Amino acid sequence: MERYDVLIAGAGVTGGMIARELSRYNLSVCLLEKENDVACGATKANSGIIHGGHDPVPGTLKARLNAIGNPMLFEACRQLNVPHRRNESMVCAFGPDEEPAVDRLYQRGLENGIEGLEVITGDMARQLEPALSTQITKALLIKNSGIVCPYSLTIAAVGNAMDNGVTLKRNFEINKIEKTDGLFTVCSANGETVQGEYLINCAGCAADKIAAMAGDGFYTINPRAGEYMLMDKSEGGRVSRTIFQTPGKEGKGILVTPTVHGNLLTGPTAQAVDSGDSTFTSAQQLEKIQRLAAKSVPGVNFRQVITSFSGVRSSVDGGDFIIRMSDKVEKFAHVAAIDSPGLTCCVSIAVYVVDMLAQAGLKLTEKENWNGTREDPLAFSKMDMDQKNKVIAENPAYGKIVCRCETITEGEIMESLTRQPVALDLDGVKRRTRSGMGRCQGGFCSPYIMKLIAQHTGTDMTAVTKNGGSSYIAVHKL
Amino acid sequence: MIKHDIVIVGGGPAGMAAAVAAYDRGVTDVVIIDREDTPGGILRQCIHNGFGLHKLGQELTGPEYATVYAVKVAERGIKVYTGTTVLSVTQDRIVTATGREGIVQIQAGAVVLTMGCRERSRGALNTPGTRPAGVFSAGTAQKLINIDGYMPGKKAVILGSGDIGLIMARRMTLEGAKVEAVCEIMPYSGGLTRNIVQCLEDYDIPLYLGTTVVEIHGKKRLEGVTIAQVDENRREIPDTRRYIECDTLLLSVGLVPENELTIAAGISMDRVTGGAIVDENCHTEISGIFARGNVLHVHDLVDYVSDEAERAGCGAADYVKNGVQAGEYIPVKAVGGVRYVIPQHINRNATGEISLFMRVAQPSGKARITARQGETILATATKLKTAPGEMEKLIIRPGLLGTGEITVEIEQL
Repeated sequence: MERYDVLIAGAGVTGGMIARELSRYNLSVCLLEKENDVACGATKANSGIIHGGHDPVPGTLKARLNAIGNPMLFEACRQLNVPHRRNESMVCAFGPDEEPAVDRLYQRGLENGIEGLEVITGDMARQLEPALSTQITKALLIKNSGIVCPYSLTIAAVGNAMDNGVTLKRNFEINKIEKTDGLFTVCSANGETVQGEYLINCAGCAADKIAAMAGDGFYTINPRAGEYMLMDKSEGGRVSRTIFQTPGKEGKGILVTPTVHGNLLTGPTAQAVDSGDSTFTSAQQLEKIQRLAAKSVPGVNFRQVITSFSGVRSSVDGGDFIIRMSDKVEKFAHVAAIDSPGLTCCVSIAVYVVDMLAQAGLKLTEKENWNGTREDPLAFSKMDMDQKNKVIAENPAYGKIVCRCETITEGEIMESLTRQPVALDLDGVKRRTRSGMGRCQGGFCSPYIMKLIAQHTGTDMTAVTKNGGSSYIAVHKL
Repeated sequence: MIKHDIVIVGGGPAGMAAAVAAYDRGVTDVVIIDREDTPGGILRQCIHNGFGLHKLGQELTGPEYATVYAVKVAERGIKVYTGTTVLSVTQDRIVTATGREGIVQIQAGAVVLTMGCRERSRGALNTPGTRPAGVFSAGTAQKLINIDGYMPGKKAVILGSGDIGLIMARRMTLEGAKVEAVCEIMPYSGGLTRNIVQCLEDYDIPLYLGTTVVEIHGKKRLEGVTIAQVDENRREIPDTRRYIECDTLLLSVGLVPENELTIAAGISMDRVTGGAIVDENCHTEISGIFARGNVLHVHDLVDYVSDEAERAGCGAADYVKNGVQAGEYIPVKAVGGVRYVIPQHINRNATGEISLFMRVAQPSGKARITARQGETILATATKLKTAPGEMEKLIIRPGLLGTGEITVEIEQL
């Protein structure tokens, strides 16, 4: 049986970043993921914001990890060559009733030790962002906040961890955890088993189940779905900053933000759902997004929507992150309830967790040859003419455009199939290369990419899936 | 940088017809750039018949029709860059393309844009529900079956009664799948009557008008869809929901001219057609750049695409030989029940017949379509019935053109 020093349950951005942090040390680490790819839960469908840190209640773990996590994440994005931008954000008040909320957030930000906050008038806000509503009377400007592509970040973090020796096991849905003689034995639904001395639970919406399996299930995750609408790049320049409304009882409210890829994102809604798999969208919520986004930025052209989606956040009553060693089960770490600002905190959480494990007895000796950087995947559309000719001369597949909407070449598709963590399905290729993310949403390129996946894996097109399991695309050969 | 007199962007039916026409007009240095390894465009996956009746006087399949033009192209020695994607076209007609051999840059005397169109996706419809595998645009399913040889599913619902949706209802049935229904949100079909008869009625496939898919179900693979009736404002009518179990949803919900290169080149666009603004020679507002085929406006029949594209080929050839045609432009406006007219303006000095192409906004019974210039009737035609799904055409005879705005309108009779 395979035996590791540390097992990590869940390859979202938290698990991935913890894996990378642990890969600095002489340890054997295994990352267990129930889906066919990393970043398939809350990580793949959120706002992609690097929050400034003005929002969490002072004194909470969220406040502390956000404040230190913001610069740590910008640094990690640079090391891992992940698309990100410090685009600033604004929290906007509509009229005198909401203005005190802006002042409160400013005070809260100061208490949390956040720099770069400024309270501005509605007119100043519109000078910075001309598309903003004339109804906005006051705003909090947050200069240290930014945007990042959350799944690119996770793929890069896991890839970097794997380059430094971490093992990734996919389709490993944990259904049993036993602890004997100081060792966790973890079994998957399809009969695989691994053992580990330490077990870190960052299973997102399934964290309560994993905790219960391990014998310390003291909390219940209340999954909350947030629906989004993503607009074509023609709308991407509508605003440069991330535009929030003052927070209400439904969280931070509907935002309007550019994405690092140049699209415009609006959302999220917030409603309680049954499980982390409840990623459906509803007509009612999509209408709500349009109504509330138009309140901040009246000009958003929703006819330019290219997709809508829903992400499920793992929230708990009380609202703070649950990050601590189990009181009941030795060497079992809870890293649960990582909802907003979890993405911003992924690096600070990872460092915090590794410290926590060290205090619990995990021996940390640094590797001599650890390399924390990861090269940017070759992106044809970003190259100049000479670079393009050079890569095509080396590998003609870089001359063949497969995805016309995003200008993605066969060379980039093949890179996504061969570079750790490799893409195993269409969605995996899409998240790594952006093929199929443009206007036609894969209409033209998906059959060709299916063929490349089948050829590369030596299988038939009928074995190629959208996102693992029974998500097959072609049912039989004619 | 290489130089060619005429560069044609896209080797589908429009591109090949334009190339052949330009060559026959006396400009022989013509090249076609096509992203696929074989030219022919979407025709290659349209293995059904019904092509060529108007243009070639015979009924052909899509690949046969494409071959007729591919042979004409080959006979003239017109070079086709295959597997090559155009990355940009500039206003001074520099065409940059990439292929397995590297980047190629061509200084063109004239450029003809014939990139065709693409299908609207599920995302653009914003249909609520889950996002499982098994939701395809009809054209993607057509490619999987007819080119790659794979069935996309066993039990299908088709949303949209555009021609590709109708053709695919029959195609899926012929390959052993069960097509449960075709749903059309409008109170009338967007497809050709002959396709409704030959693809649905002949196979007992129900067509539900005023009905749409309101929810998509299934986690990994599609498990079913909920359909519901809609009112005249396309809002769901309460208590009309119905669940249909299926593993496949095909979308045939409209075609969008693929004008990314056109827009990036800064060419003026028509918001209604989604294509460039052109004159009677398919000349855009940028000197030396022409556009025709589905990239200009979406057609029902490939025959008309070829016909019109010949006009663009000739226009480009004349431009290379003689430069810009002098003369003021007369605007052409769609009014009263006509949704759009192509061309959007006509050169006052235009000679020969001028064809106007238009679509009506609503279906109607007997009606007359008329092009007027002030009090003068330039052209008129009486139709027994009209529908948005059927393109209409008027021809202005030589010598009639005067001054002032031209209007095209439809009157019920």
